[in-house]
Amino acid sequence: MSAARSGRRAARRVALAAAGLALALIVLAPYAVMVCTALKPEAELRMTPPRLTPIAWRPANVLEVLRDPSFQGWLYASLVVALTSTLIVVLAATPAAYYTARHRFPGRSAFLLVVLVTQMFSPTALVVGLYRQFFDLGLVDTYAALILTNAAFNLAFAIWILRAFFASIPREIEEAAAVDGCGRVRTLVQVVLPLSLPAIVTAVIFAFIAAWNEYIVALTLMADPARKPLTVGITAYVTAYVQHWNHLFAASVIAIVPVVVLFATIERHLVGGLTAGSVK
Amino acid sequence: MLIAAVVVYPAVALSRASLSRYSITGLRQGSVGAANYARLLEQEALPTVVANTVLWVAAIVLVTVGVSLGLAQLLNEDFPGRRLVRWALIVPWAASVIVTSKLFVWIYDYYFGLLNHALLSLRLVAAPVDWLGNDATVMPAMIAVGIYVSLPFTTYVLLAGLSAIPGEVYEAARVDGASAWRAYRSVTLPLLRPALLVAVVLNVIYIFNSFPIVWTLNDRNPGFAHDTMITYMYKIAFKSSLRDIGLAAALGVVNVLVILLAVVLYLRTTSWREAEA
Repeated sequence: MSAARSGRRAARRVALAAAGLALALIVLAPYAVMVCTALKPEAELRMTPPRLTPIAWRPANVLEVLRDPSFQGWLYASLVVALTSTLIVVLAATPAAYYTARHRFPGRSAFLLVVLVTQMFSPTALVVGLYRQFFDLGLVDTYAALILTNAAFNLAFAIWILRAFFASIPREIEEAAAVDGCGRVRTLVQVVLPLSLPAIVTAVIFAFIAAWNEYIVALTLMADPARKPLTVGITAYVTAYVQHWNHLFAASVIAIVPVVVLFATIERHLVGGLTAGSVK
Repeated sequence: MLIAAVVVYPAVALSRASLSRYSITGLRQGSVGAANYARLLEQEALPTVVANTVLWVAAIVLVTVGVSLGLAQLLNEDFPGRRLVRWALIVPWAASVIVTSKLFVWIYDYYFGLLNHALLSLRLVAAPVDWLGNDATVMPAMIAVGIYVSLPFTTYVLLAGLSAIPGEVYEAARVDGASAWRAYRSVTLPLLRPALLVAVVLNVIYIFNSFPIVWTLNDRNPGFAHDTMITYMYKIAFKSSLRDIGLAAALGVVNVLVILLAVVLYLRTTSWREAEA
């Protein structure tokens, strides 16, 4: 390779890295505002002209929020609802998606249409009906109501994503497994599922985040302040009467961190593209 | 296991469908027939709300998908710090939209917001702008937030599509003498079509259904001048003096039909053939 060519390559890498850095700064700028505001004392919130960074850094805001019993209740509710509903989604969506991707059966098109339509149904459009339904079942203000609702809403999306991925896995791989003496279940578990790990992980992330961040159903279904999840609960820090922006954003930072960490640890699975090397 | 899947999922789907049906028929208990729909058409705010919704969805989806194509291409390259950039991009996606909406209420704030401060310092504006209180700026301000929160998801979907394209295809294109642009148009875009399809369809659905941004940023403004069909419906049902659940349910049905139509048209135009699967 000539020196000129490797020089061009290096220049390209630097340009790409610069573009990436600029992108990261732009994307993160609003959250820098959030973090800085979260660490400001009350008196610094209403300064003109406003400053990005606090004059007196006040990490105690975070501790105050963490010690707030209301906040602890919201956090617990969010954890219970998001974890349980995600589990339900994955267990139900994976076999359903695989079956529709691989097999033709009467009503398959109708079934896929139902998946699309249910997903299109806005939670908002359903929220009054959901409220009545759960009221009849005596489940208003329970985690079960939120878990079921979140699982149902996220199921369609998970099937949609997984089905597209299963369909993209070449049939030959499964046929080869069959030739090698694998049963159907074994093929699914040992061949298809490992290959589709990126898609399953994607589905898990979507389901968890969607449930963790769900707002409108929780806003409507959960009247008991102690059982509200974080999204609804923390807005109580800023209302027409009290405006604790620093506490709101301290709580927000705490709410965002687990999801970002979860994302970061599994990010590389997202675009694994495991199929690239499987067919020669 | 497979049979169970076939039985279990439609059962769940059916119960959901019955739920939705329940919400509509249950709400219209008095059996007023089409009266709710007739009254819906008489609502003065309806034309404005529909126009807002069209602008809201079209602007966000177009800009988001366009920008995301570029971002996905960038992130598909190998460069130092790529992982950090990807992590940065995750944040607006991972953060709940309600939190981000509150954050932008603070940033857009007339007196204490950093946006006005930054623009004044850069002399881009002569006087502070009341972003969320001014009729001319509130919709663009909300659309900007909508784009911002839609970008990460869209970029990741397209990135997943890009990385699923085997390198051999590009090698073949190069061997055949294709330029980079030609390879992009003739190889990348067609192979990316499934991912683009998913990105556009899901974004249309999400953005149409989006509630927290308009709900939060438009909070201060009375009336329905900047509402989308979703927030308008919620206000009719729960927050306005109307408190009219029948009317809201009628609008809910319209909302679903509108988006159903949009998706069917889209699937037609992109010749989505379910038989391929």
